Formats: sequence, C-alpha cells, structure tokens
Amino acid sequence: MDSVKKKAKELLENQSVNLIIGYGEGSDKSVRTIFISTADEVDQLIYDERCVQNLAFYLMKHEVKHMGKLGIIAPLPVMRTILQIASECQIKEENVVVLGVNPKGELVECNGFKDIESYVAACDLDLPAKEKEIIAKLDAMTVQERWTFWTNELSRCIKCYACRAACPMCYCTRCQVECNNPQWITVEATPMGNLEWHFMRAMHLTGRCVNCGECGRACPLNIPVNLLTYKTVMTVKEQFDVVSGTLANMDSVLSSYKIDDKENFIR
Amino acid sequence: MNIENKLLKQSSLEKLILKLKEEGKQVFAPVKKNDIVDFSEIASLQEMTEDYIVTVQSAKAVAFPKVETLFDFQISKSNVAITEKDTQSLPEVVLLGARPCDAAAFEALNAIFTWDNLNDHFFVQKLKKTTIIGFSCSKADDKCFCTSVNGNPGSTRGSDILLTKIDNGNYLAEIITEKGQDLAAKYADLFEAAPEVDKNKYLADVPVQFELKAILDNISGAFDHPLWVKQSLRCISCGACAYVCPTCACFDIQDINNGSEGHRKRSWDSCGFGLFTIHTSGHNPREVQSQRWRQRVMHKFAYMPERQQVVGCVGCGRCSRSCPADMNLKEHLINLAKEVAK
Repeated sequence: MDSVKKKAKELLENQSVNLIIGYGEGSDKSVRTIFISTADEVDQLIYDERCVQNLAFYLMKHEVKHMGKLGIIAPLPVMRTILQIASECQIKEENVVVLGVNPKGELVECNGFKDIESYVAACDLDLPAKEKEIIAKLDAMTVQERWTFWTNELSRCIKCYACRAACPMCYCTRCQVECNNPQWITVEATPMGNLEWHFMRAMHLTGRCVNCGECGRACPLNIPVNLLTYKTVMTVKEQFDVVSGTLANMDSVLSSYKIDDKENFIR
Repeated sequence: MNIENKLLKQSSLEKLILKLKEEGKQVFAPVKKNDIVDFSEIASLQEMTEDYIVTVQSAKAVAFPKVETLFDFQISKSNVAITEKDTQSLPEVVLLGARPCDAAAFEALNAIFTWDNLNDHFFVQKLKKTTIIGFSCSKADDKCFCTSVNGNPGSTRGSDILLTKIDNGNYLAEIITEKGQDLAAKYADLFEAAPEVDKNKYLADVPVQFELKAILDNISGAFDHPLWVKQSLRCISCGACAYVCPTCACFDIQDINNGSEGHRKRSWDSCGFGLFTIHTSGHNPREVQSQRWRQRVMHKFAYMPERQQVVGCVGCGRCSRSCPADMNLKEHLINLAKEVAK
C-alpha cells in the first residue's frame, strides 16, 4: 500500500487531483469509502481483502463529481467499471486519475485507459467459483424448480433499491421502475412486482455488468440478486464472446448491430 | 397504570403461543431464515429464535406493511365503483419478541399516523389489534444507542407485556397495559407469582453516547451546517435505512390496474430517494443527497419533536447495520451533538 499512498500524496501535493476516493477503516472492523483531499490524510487509506465496495459509483455521484478532479483507488472491479462507463460515454479519460491496486495492495500505474485495458486483459475475469457453482445448480433445475427458487428469494425484496443504488452501472437519472406514465414495472413489493423489477434490472445490465457483486452485497435481506446479472455475464460470453469492462471503447451487446452479423434476422 | 410483575416459565410461554394460535390469533416472532433474523408468523415457540440483537427489518409491518391495498375500484362508462377495505375484521395479532426499541417505535409511528387528528384507520386499526409482548435485551452491539434517545434495554415503553429472561430459562413478565392485563388474566394459570429479582442484572449494557438535548435544542439552527454534506458524501442514496427503520413512515400511493379494474395501493417510500420530492416541472427542492440526508435526520430530531412531541429515533441501529456504505447513525449523531452545540 506504500506505493499507492506515495502516489496519492504526490497527486494531492502537486494538485493533479482535488480529491481521492479510497478505502478507509469503518465501524466494527468494516471498511468504508473515504474521501481524501489533503496529503496529511493519505495515511487513512487502506487496502486489504475487506475492500470490496465498488468505488466507481462515486465517480457518478453529483456532489463528488463537483469536487474537482478525481483520483480513485481502483482494484480490478473498479478498473473494469471505469472502462465500461467510459465505453458508455459517462466518463472522460482526462477527468479521472486511476490509482490501480493489485491484490497485494501494490500500485498499478495507469496513465490513461490503455494501461487499464492492458492490466485487465492480463487478469482472470471469471466469475467467483462459489457463484458459478450456484448458477450451475440453478441451470440444472427444471423451469418449475428455478421459478420456485427465484419467487422464494425475491419475495423477501422490500424494494429499497439498495441493489440499484450500489451498482455503478445503474446510473440512470430516471430508472424505468420510476416511469409511471405508463407504469411499465409494478411498484409494489409483491412477489410478482419484485420479479418484474429484478428481471428488468438484469436485462438492463446484460452486456454491461462487470460482476463486482456489489448489488448482492448491498441487499439488506441477503437476496443473491447478483446471480441474475452474473448469469447474463455468462450468457453474453457464450453467445457473443464479449466480456464487459475490458475496453474503454466497445459496442453495447444489446443495443448495437453489425451488417455482417452471422444471424439472418438482422438483415 | 401500575406495572404488575409475574413469572412466565419457558413451558408456559410455549403453551401460551399454542393457545393464542387456537384462538385464531396470528403470532409474529423473530425467525432465522436465509441467514437473517426477521419477524415471521410462527405456529409454535420452537420456530422463534432468541439469537438476535434486533431483527433486520423492524416490526412496523404488522401495522404498516410494505404494500397494502387501500381500496379496489371498477370503472364503467358512467361510474367508478369503489370497494373500501374492511379494516374492522382484521385478525388479532400478537407480536412476540419485539425489542424495547421496537415497541417504543410504535409510539412514534402512531404519533405520525394520528397527527392533527388525521387518523389513518389502516394503521390505527392494525395497531389496535396488535398485542406487543416485548423481550428485554440481554445483549447489544456497537450500533445500538437506545439509551441516548430516551430508551433502555429493559424499557417498558410501548410494550403491553415485557419479558425479561431470568434464571432457568424463565421470564419475568411485566404486565404494562390494559391489553397486557387482559391477556394475562385470560391465561392466569400460565402467569405465576413473580420471584424477587433485580431485572437490571439481566440487561445489556448500552452506554449513553451523546446528549440528546444538545441535538434537540440546536438542530433547527443547523440547517445550513456544512456537516450534512460531509456526512453524506459516502451515502449511495438507497432506501435500505428507511425501509428497515421502525419509525420511517413515508409511503407512495399508486393505482395498480388491469383494464377497468384495479386497486389503489400504498407502498413504503423513502425521503432518501432523489425522486421523492421531484416536482412535475422537473424542479427538485432536494436535488442532492446531502439535502436528503439532512431531511432524514431533521425529520427525526427536529420536525417530529416539534410536531408530534416525540423523538423520531429509538436507537435500534438498524439503519447502520443495513447500510451498504457504512453510514453509521450513532457516529453521525455523536458528531452532530458536538457540532450543533458549538
């Protein structure tokens, strides 16, 4: 972490950034996001296995965005999110300084998105083994069994939208669930209303989810909602051979087309 | 009313639950499922867990469910026919295992739903049909701060009967209200003479964290204080805190219709959401999260004390435990008490 802190200090001292978004000690041995604006505060930065929150969310937060040029401590999921939001034209290369960090807590120099792309290309981007196992079990179920599994899980949902709020890819200023003229998605937190909401969210993240798992961690009721978007990650890989969050400039799988597509229906 | 002490043996509590069920009452208690503890309907005491500090969600759903139908409607060419919900024939509910903070929260909720004589009969009727058998706290964690907001781990406020686990798995039962008295009288054979015990010996230690008066006296003048921005910088604008909060009462009303038939329903809502205050014009008086965070704290510590003469926070700490961004309310209030008193 020393190399990261050194770099952070440098950036703040020479005023290359106004604010650094990073991880610091939280309450009860947890970790929280901290915002560092002076070199003196740099020692508060930490990085260990507890640092899992996807900090890229804050790059899109109004108040944070307006605090000047931003630096961000970026483990792999944050790097991938930055590439993905860049490919969706939500962030410009010159507006963020990325302080990459590898699993050992060492600095990964990122002078621009190209460096992030090379780092990401060399990483294992596969889903976590535990989740892959659960998805394999779900895949092996009959349709009826899977339906029962998801209606059971999602019936607990209270629609607090923590999954959406925590997800850095859910940056719409007006989510479809809030469009009420006409009302596309049932607002009520009933089993059917919850299914509609979570399936819609998964569809909107298809080809965009960078499998950081933040939605699942954010859920106060332990609903494994990340399994839904993880499944879309697997499908997109199989069907399109595309992995989101790997390039700063890539076409969206579900909203772009090529004239030379191998499928006939597109012509 | 004087509080009457009784002894309720573990075996008697088991019998009591079965008898209440036989009578057709619904019994809700903390149940462990999917690695979390939440209130759920139980058939016997065995289904209840005692391994919880507080449940993830509060108990407010017994009187203020996450979604409820206000009325049904049918639209015809010349008419809209409305079928009101029958709130009179609701089932009787026994809420078992509510913590003293949960029980106290019903007073705050009731103050909102009955404010200015606007009696919300959906809430009022449900609460009227609910008997609260509270459980004192024998343990607490770092997120608990009931003693800083007029509560304590053995407080009788809001409960009809409060049980405190004493030796041999038995309970000291404090009969607090008329509702509690009726229940104890009906099953008088289960409630035995109380032994001489010092209840405090069995209670958790929850140190006072801040001076409530410092907040209540000064918060109204702190509207433009820079601390709101600082505190809420890491808030991600979800509604987890409001939805698990035992005193948050905001709701949204929507018509759910299918062609010419439908239902008007209300669902939980949160002042933490950006869309909560947006006007039709597109203007939003609470445009950014710091304004919404201020609203949340001000509502509980300035507006509710002013309007309803009750503090809108019971110190259960649920918001802090559920927060994906570690917005620790206790810590923010300690900080607030110091800052506003300056």
